Amino acid sequence: MKIIKKNVFEGLVDELIENDEREIIGVQSKDSKYVFDRLEKAEGLELDYDVTILPPKKYFMPQRETLVEYETREGLEMEPVNEVIPRIIIGIHPYDLEAIKQMDKVFADSPKDSNYLEKRENSVLIGVNMQQTSDWSFAGSMGTATVDDGYDLMLTDLGKKYAVEIGSSKGSDLLEKISEDVRDASPEEIDKVEKAKEEIKDEFDKELDFSPQKLPSLLADTYDQDDFWEENAEDCYSCGTCNIVCPTCYCFDVQDFSDISLEEGERMRQWDGCMLEAFAEVAGGENFREERAERYRHRYMRKGRYLYNRFGDIACVGCGRCSSQCVPDIADPTDIFNKLWRGKDE
Amino acid sequence: MNEEDSPYLPESATILNVKKMAENEKLFEIELDSGEALNHDPGQFVEVSVPGVGEVPISISSSPTKEGNSFELCIREVGNVTGVIHTLEKGDEIGIRGPYGEGFPVDELKGHDVIFIAGGLGIAPLRSLINYTLDRREEFEDVKILYGCKKPCELLYEDEVEEWREMDEIDYRETVDECPDDVCWEGNVGVITTLIPGVDIDLDNSYTVVCGPPIMYRFVLQELKEKKVPDERIYLSLERRMKCGVGKCGHCQINGKEGEFYVCQDGPVFNYDVVKDFEEAL
Ligand SMILES: Cc1cc2nc3c(=O)[nH]c(=O)nc-3n(C[C@H](O)[C@H](O)[C@H](O)COP(=O)(O)OP(=O)(O)OC[C@H]3O[C@@H](n4cnc5c(N)ncnc54)[C@H](O)[C@@H]3O)c2cc1C
Ligand code: SF4
Ligand code: SF4
Ligand code: FES
Repeated sequence: MKIIKKNVFEGLVDELIENDEREIIGVQSKDSKYVFDRLEKAEGLELDYDVTILPPKKYFMPQRETLVEYETREGLEMEPVNEVIPRIIIGIHPYDLEAIKQMDKVFADSPKDSNYLEKRENSVLIGVNMQQTSDWSFAGSMGTATVDDGYDLMLTDLGKKYAVEIGSSKGSDLLEKISEDVRDASPEEIDKVEKAKEEIKDEFDKELDFSPQKLPSLLADTYDQDDFWEENAEDCYSCGTCNIVCPTCYCFDVQDFSDISLEEGERMRQWDGCMLEAFAEVAGGENFREERAERYRHRYMRKGRYLYNRFGDIACVGCGRCSSQCVPDIADPTDIFNKLWRGKDE
Repeated sequence: MNEEDSPYLPESATILNVKKMAENEKLFEIELDSGEALNHDPGQFVEVSVPGVGEVPISISSSPTKEGNSFELCIREVGNVTGVIHTLEKGDEIGIRGPYGEGFPVDELKGHDVIFIAGGLGIAPLRSLINYTLDRREEFEDVKILYGCKKPCELLYEDEVEEWREMDEIDYRETVDECPDDVCWEGNVGVITTLIPGVDIDLDNSYTVVCGPPIMYRFVLQELKEKKVPDERIYLSLERRMKCGVGKCGHCQINGKEGEFYVCQDGPVFNYDVVKDFEEAL
């Protein structure tokens, strides 16, 4: 563990903004909320925040991106496209780092998705331990309030200085530039960081009443409680917001766009959501998840069970974005999971 | 970006032939511009691209045993992309990705009777396996084909069906849901399930392979159950919305209390015993 003064860190960020070829992204406040956005100055960084509107996923899987470009002037020519902007992203909370780790697995699974992977490889992740929590978050229960890896550098606020944990050579390379101002952490400082990490785990208002490891079997057991799913889905608008804001949702739609000559154009993917009505509809009108309750159940099953079966991770990191942004307030995973847990023996 | 790296990049291919088969269906013979064979298994599918319009999953309708390196797709015009595909002609270029998915377990079927039950467009994927068994006739025991359409004019692969009707080495039966008075039709009239009771099924030695619209499965499976056909001897080819074909986009997932499948990777061909309890499967 290393220690740097806050003003040294800010100097480093300004120096990167000034001279590094990479785009520097950081958490900033916007209309009393927080967002990941391009940094103009280190001053704009807000590292003491609760949660951002959208997760940093957008830098690896943009809302819309080109996969293939084509041209038909002299026969059909198709080229793969990947618009990679190398980036340094500053201020990622542990639960979002965990979500990125999960996405890395999804897109590295065969066949590899280079559109995602190349963007990831060209990014540096600077995490920050939480000092405050969102009212909706339950990262403490999901084991994602802190992480041991998944970052290139990890910061912990110690008043006038940051403790810095180094997760990779990409991270240590950044510190090279200020090596004279970096020193080893003292045992007391290490202690402080560990204590801060321990303490934050208990700072969440929302909680899961049981270990998340029990989710896969709980959800298998409650899959066919149709009344339960119907009751809870009753007010759902099928708006898909809970998918769009989720750091572990990655389903997509693909569409073609051509220019006016119709001789060239591109194939693009964009975020899609399993809560939207047409998600499983095929030509001829058959819809394999026609009922609101079926789609509603599907989202929870996917978070707590399906993706676990496939990749070994509980695909909810407890950020609480879904519940905080659901207008009828029916998207809170702790609410649903706890109800299922309490009802399981009845 | 390196070309091998993108699973979304289609290969260019050329339409060698187009044949109208019924009011809304055309058969396209296609060859990859690389000249290479597709190297598919019966039952697999490809993603067909019309640049500027989109991409659709289509079953490969020809057998890998077919001569030459071309392959065939039978495409029904139902919407955007399939509508534009229907305007394409010999010499036009399209994009192809694949073959994708798990096809029929040909090796498991060898040495057994095979009973095909096809409803409407369901004949398209089954034809790849039907032609495979006909080309390697000695490797299979009895072959029976039950084929049903709504009306006689919707019958696909008419020339081949004409041959099947005449062939001694297979048992071919057909039916239409209804037949207009002014059309000459010698086959059965009634839904496809009405053909099943009359078929002799050697329960210990046969496999039944079914493909058709979602509604057909329920009735056919019920009928097979009454015949005491073991569930694990039934194979189905299922259709779902697909956007990637490679297990990423999430659209083709089928779930149930027991777990989940991705139709583009685990299917489209499934053993009935494996999927029967999945609420979203049938
Ligand atoms: C494994 C598999 C094999 C198939 N084999 C054949 C075949 O051999 N012959 C044939 O005619 N049709 C086949 N289909 C169905 C065919 O893919 C759809 O009819 C086609 O996608 C409709 O696209 P569209 O743009 O014309 O229609 P639109 O209604 O305009 O569809 C818009 C989009 O929705 C999606 N979509 C709509 N319907 C389907 C669907 N049924 N399946 C998957 N995605 C859909 C597509 O991504 C499409 O781009 C198959 C489908 C699957 C999944
Ligand atoms: S649960 Fe809430 S956010 Fe999600 S689709 Fe329904 S209404 Fe929208
Ligand atoms: S399901 Fe909700 S709480 Fe869980 S990771 Fe997604 S947005 Fe966050
Ligand atoms: S078609 Fe995209 S996951 Fe199967």
